[in-house]
Amino acid sequence: MSSNMIVGYIFVTVGAIFDFFGCIGLVRLPDVYNRLQAATKCVTLGTIFILVGTAVATADPAIAIKAVLCAIFVLITSPTGAHALARGSYISGVKLWEKSVADKFKDRAEEIKSQVGEAR
Amino acid sequence: MTFIYFIAGLLAASCFMCLYRIGHGPTASDRSVAIDIFGTVVVGFVCLSAILLRKDFYINLAIAWALVSFIGTLALSKHLEGRKFDE
Repeated sequence: MSSNMIVGYIFVTVGAIFDFFGCIGLVRLPDVYNRLQAATKCVTLGTIFILVGTAVATADPAIAIKAVLCAIFVLITSPTGAHALARGSYISGVKLWEKSVADKFKDRAEEIKSQVGEAR
Repeated sequence: MTFIYFIAGLLAASCFMCLYRIGHGPTASDRSVAIDIFGTVVVGFVCLSAILLRKDFYINLAIAWALVSFIGTLALSKHLEGRKFDE
């Protein structure tokens, strides 16, 4: 086993463990926003680690270039999707957990809700 | 190479936890979040196939899956927000 494969496997292992812990957060945490936060951060980082580990372990330019492109793409799109989902679930009326301490989106959400109501 | 199967088992456990949340989620938002996370985990899963089988088209599958998952997430969030898809 060559050295680049060992380094790549270490990256892939770290990424898979991040994915696993992120999904434990998805199952265990109490409300939508906590789940979204835990799962998105951990799973984005874990998948990027797996993609970089693939690029290092295979040492094939055809795989490595596309893996790095895909890593950049996941790094951009996954937080964007999570942001859109959090906004959509707040406006759709999902309540925060009762022990949450801050709710700074409340006034803006009322504005958006009234705009959507007028458009209908 | 048997090490890769251990990693695949870890990712499969992650996928099953996402499926649990898709099945049991109390609200539609929980299910949408789980679908988003499931798509990102599957991208990592496809990359393991690329390491194991040394074929470069698996990375094309990963890129396509990430794209489709992103579009699906945006569509679901827009639906949750109560807007039409063309606004």
